[in-house]
Amino acid sequence: MLVASAGNVLVWAVWLVAAFACLGSGIAVVSFSNPFYSALALIGNLGSLAVLYLLLSAEFVAAAQVLVYAGAVMVMFLFVIAYIGPRSESPWMGGPSWQAVGAALAAGALFIEIVVVIGLKASGHLSHSEHVGAAFGSPAFVGRLFLTDHLLAFELTSIVLLVAAIGGVILGAHSRRNPDEVPSL
Amino acid sequence: MIALLGPEASWYLGVAAFLFATGALGVLLRRNPLIVLLSLEIMLNGGNLALIGFARNLGDGGGQIFALAVMAVAASEVVVGLGLIVALNRKRVTLDVDRLNTLRG
Repeated sequence: MLVASAGNVLVWAVWLVAAFACLGSGIAVVSFSNPFYSALALIGNLGSLAVLYLLLSAEFVAAAQVLVYAGAVMVMFLFVIAYIGPRSESPWMGGPSWQAVGAALAAGALFIEIVVVIGLKASGHLSHSEHVGAAFGSPAFVGRLFLTDHLLAFELTSIVLLVAAIGGVILGAHSRRNPDEVPSL
Repeated sequence: MIALLGPEASWYLGVAAFLFATGALGVLLRRNPLIVLLSLEIMLNGGNLALIGFARNLGDGGGQIFALAVMAVAASEVVVGLGLIVALNRKRVTLDVDRLNTLRG
């Protein structure tokens, strides 16, 4: 009993650190004016989210999060930000101030809406979580689900990735045809 | 069998809702398309956290499968979005989402 409560306190402490790191770095991504710092803050956000996934016994998703997001996707982001360089003409925000007020109101309304809907629809079973086996969230568990119950989603995901790769090549490779063309956009 | 130690699933869902709202604020407020893309990533991750929280709460692995599919969709979205930004940069267009409002070759 003592061991269980000590473990509980430890999990609470880890959760508090990870959750506040997550929320703080999320706000930092939105509020930094330099996109390079925003991307670095997003890496911190993804890392603390991976800790939360581990606490929810989703080990494979946490590993994939660190490898795919914090590794591959963010490296791509940082390369593009470094390629574009500092562009002074993109302001932090422009337009009239009622737009900023409206954006803040809309985001707050969205937050309240999500909380209310979850509270209405799921509050009955949120207070007690199911007990899961030790294999829950392990790579073998995820792989078996992917290749049995969710095979269609698995195959469709591969098609989505293929189409995105083709789209990236087409978007990136068309400019050398006529260099004299007047920029028309 | 393992019980869920620490906070209940509702705490995770609160964090997920806050992340989603933060990302939505970034998408609505910021002008730089790069930061709009980063804010979109935050929104997708908020959704992922909710999916995994519900998967743990219900003891059902489907939520984790869906979170992995969302991750693949997010990677595709980043590829296309960054390709667009690089193409815009090559045409010397101002990187400001409010001024990118016409679609012409």
